[in-house]
Amino acid sequence: MKALVWHGKQDIRCDQVSDPGIEDPRDAIIKVTSCAICGSDLHLFHNFIPAMKNGDIMGHEMMGEVVEVGSEAKGKLKKGDRIVVPFTIICGQCDQCRRGNFSVCERSNRNKEMADKVYGHSTAGLFGYTHLTGGYPGGQAEYLRVPFADATHIKVPDNLTDEQVLFLGDIFPTGWQAAAHCDIEPTDTVAVWGCGPVGQMAIRSAILLGARQVVAIDCIPERLSMAQAGGAITINFETESVIERLNDLTSGKGPEKCIDAVGLESHVSMGQPDTLLDRAKQAVMMESDRPHVVREMIYVCRPGGIISIPGVYSGLVDKIPLGIAMNKGLSFRMGQTHVNRWTDDLLRRIEEGQIDPSFVITHTARLEDGPEMYKMFRDKQDSCIKVVLKP
Amino acid sequence: MNMLMKSARSPGDPRVISTGPGTLASPDQLARGLGWFSIGLGMLELFGAHRVARTLGLEGSEWMIRACGAREIGSGVACLSVNPAPGVAARIAGDALDIATLAVAAQQDDPRRGNAQLALLAVLGITVLDVICHQGLTARHARQPGPGRDYRDRSGFPKGLAHARNAQV
Repeated sequence: MKALVWHGKQDIRCDQVSDPGIEDPRDAIIKVTSCAICGSDLHLFHNFIPAMKNGDIMGHEMMGEVVEVGSEAKGKLKKGDRIVVPFTIICGQCDQCRRGNFSVCERSNRNKEMADKVYGHSTAGLFGYTHLTGGYPGGQAEYLRVPFADATHIKVPDNLTDEQVLFLGDIFPTGWQAAAHCDIEPTDTVAVWGCGPVGQMAIRSAILLGARQVVAIDCIPERLSMAQAGGAITINFETESVIERLNDLTSGKGPEKCIDAVGLESHVSMGQPDTLLDRAKQAVMMESDRPHVVREMIYVCRPGGIISIPGVYSGLVDKIPLGIAMNKGLSFRMGQTHVNRWTDDLLRRIEEGQIDPSFVITHTARLEDGPEMYKMFRDKQDSCIKVVLKP
Repeated sequence: MNMLMKSARSPGDPRVISTGPGTLASPDQLARGLGWFSIGLGMLELFGAHRVARTLGLEGSEWMIRACGAREIGSGVACLSVNPAPGVAARIAGDALDIATLAVAAQQDDPRRGNAQLALLAVLGITVLDVICHQGLTARHARQPGPGRDYRDRSGFPKGLAHARNAQV
């Protein structure tokens, strides 16, 4: 089969690889009908997430048709079922899964020993990601083996298109969880840094959860226009001061809730000297992540507010003003998404027509064109915000 | 690292049979090559300044050679980053300085001026490569100028924004 394979820093190729097969009675094999390139795929593309290996298959946003089912998954799945695959692999039985903390499933990471040593305690296995999370082959491929398939799936009805439901596997629940973590009240201002796909979902989630006003911060005009369409007031940080605008919009008090949908590769600009320092440190491996957005959120957030971080961070950051955060009494909530905690509710909202996540798709291409689409998405060319690939 | 090497894939995981088209184009690969070359040359200039000065007839200018070495390493690291264009641009600026320095050395009344002339030729050749590389990177990776597409018709709310604001169920 064809698959997009990681061969090193900025080197992803469309290769011919062997087909996957059932390895465990709880497995299923799906024929991938749609998959997408995620912003966090770019962190892997840039080799900012440690423990990738030459030959790893990329992709953690995918859906398809079940073509083979292991004996122990047959009660929940059958051939022909149409499923979205959550990017977090879950056993559905461990203590964490029973609590709904699916992204820290205790059993699905097959490199648990390594993850225990690096993280202190292992997190869940993830598709198409680092070997710290199991190194499972991803879904930017024609076929995918789904481990623990009896639990790791979201069945979707035939009357919804792939484009409407594909993002239930990652970016929609990720944006939703970011907003849910904010405990939004009707008087709240929610500020969202980053108007990429997760930021767009977070903006719409905050609207649906009843925020008084949502403010979106970015510097890419087309992303800001899409944020505006979703009901956000926009700030272009290259032409105006984020801190002054946010204070103006909140009577000088700052937003109650701040969402970082940027993560470890924040924009570098001459007007923000800390970003230059971060970039230099990252280049010589003195710091793994660029946390400018976290610093700005801590500074501008209203005392007693909440900082929610769906953006991916990989390791070590410098110069986080923890003293300011402590004295302002800020709460931090973050983590990989507990996808299945939210998907029943989100699927219902899609079916009821409250939201149609396909609005974010700007480019659709063949799997073979994947490497070129990675480049286009990374370089933000042709107004690219979200790429869907059709194997 | 040892742990990573031991984190073997499952025997059933798909294996690469043949490799296809990828993301790395010629300018990207050239930038990497120039980056490593820059770091190598920079180390030589930084730690072997006396020898370089003797070879080129630039005795007394060891401090300048070391400074050039530090500059080469800096631009080399930048060339190896995820956005190599500024690193290659820094190399071009450095080439101009090197050419000016070597042009003076190549005209000195010194039996070693032949070495300086050879070095000057080499730097001129590398400069051509740097310029080709920078043009290639810009053509391949630069964002098109202009405001981009207008997505203000993409609310994502089929029943409209006002309905979405009141949909807290």
